[in-house]
Amino acid sequence: MNTEPGERITVVGAGVMGVGIATLALSRGLPVLLIDVDHVRLKDARTRIEGELRIAQLLGGLPENAVTGPLETATTTDGARDATVVIEATTEDLKTKAKVLAELSATVRPGTPLVSNTSSIPIDELAGYAQRPHDVVGTHFMNPPYLIRTVEVIRGARTGEDTMLSLNRCLAALGREPIVVADAPGFVTSRVLHPMINDAARIVQEGTASAEAVDTLMENCLGHPTGPLRTADLIGIDNLVDSLKVLHERTGDDGCRPCDLLLEKVRLGHHGRKSGRGFYEYAN
Amino acid sequence: MEAMDSKAVQHDVADSGQVEKDVLAFLEAQTKRSWDPQVDLFASGGLSSLFAMQIVVHLERTYRISIRGADLRLDNFRTVTGMVALVQRLQGAR
Repeated sequence: MNTEPGERITVVGAGVMGVGIATLALSRGLPVLLIDVDHVRLKDARTRIEGELRIAQLLGGLPENAVTGPLETATTTDGARDATVVIEATTEDLKTKAKVLAELSATVRPGTPLVSNTSSIPIDELAGYAQRPHDVVGTHFMNPPYLIRTVEVIRGARTGEDTMLSLNRCLAALGREPIVVADAPGFVTSRVLHPMINDAARIVQEGTASAEAVDTLMENCLGHPTGPLRTADLIGIDNLVDSLKVLHERTGDDGCRPCDLLLEKVRLGHHGRKSGRGFYEYAN
Repeated sequence: MEAMDSKAVQHDVADSGQVEKDVLAFLEAQTKRSWDPQVDLFASGGLSSLFAMQIVVHLERTYRISIRGADLRLDNFRTVTGMVALVQRLQGAR
């Protein structure tokens, strides 16, 4: 597949994933419009993206002789009308995502893929809030998106073939490899990973082992690259709890009910890497 | 690192033991385990590569250096010995 030099990507939501996806697109030389309703967060996002670009360079995630694309920011969605692809990465909450998708679908040109980077909400449920459900498709970029090449792509029941083609072109321009799966709560990765992280946290909560011991065993004995609890810190424990709730509501699986230790960490503001503390401490 | 004038070398040699001690102390505090200065921190069973950025930020703040361009690659931070060499070179270039 040819890479498309004409991609113009709009990212909605300047949280961990929005900033990470924006960083990936910029690192590939693509222009990015980053939208967030919170102008303070938007201002911080520029600094955070500079930091993320440094991490990308440090860990070999930048293309050779990379020239980064231009970044624009906005607090309204008006500018999204010029986008070739819009990716929403707002809070993992149905109401928030529904409102954003409804607004975006009224703004963009028909045929522009409206991509939800949800980690667990079924895509067809979200598509119902857009004016043209066939434009809606799901991606689940892993964090950090500029280091993890494989992207879980979720095709909803109503997602159009042209939407899939446009998304594939965009992912090719981003140098990512899509794995397309069907729609379901949590798709593949969250459905498997999130209850596992919940169990790992419960093990710590019950005093069976420390976070370090759990991660070391999972890494060295079972080949997990980062350990479930370090992964929880990387995802963001607030986001993880939101996703577990979505999964629990939609599957009835009790293993997805967020354990007390995770809830306590959210209450204390120990959200993981982004807040400097989660299961581990970070000198950010 | 070689190719420095003798005065700088002398000055840096005096510092290198301290830099090594500081970096080892930082690693031990952050990872709750002790490290050999020669060991590859990011080899299998070692640290997550994302931790490397915390090391970069720590070195920049502590030694008032700026690590950019070609210097900003994981290989420069694999061992404490390598980090000491980088700090010395960048301090010398300040």
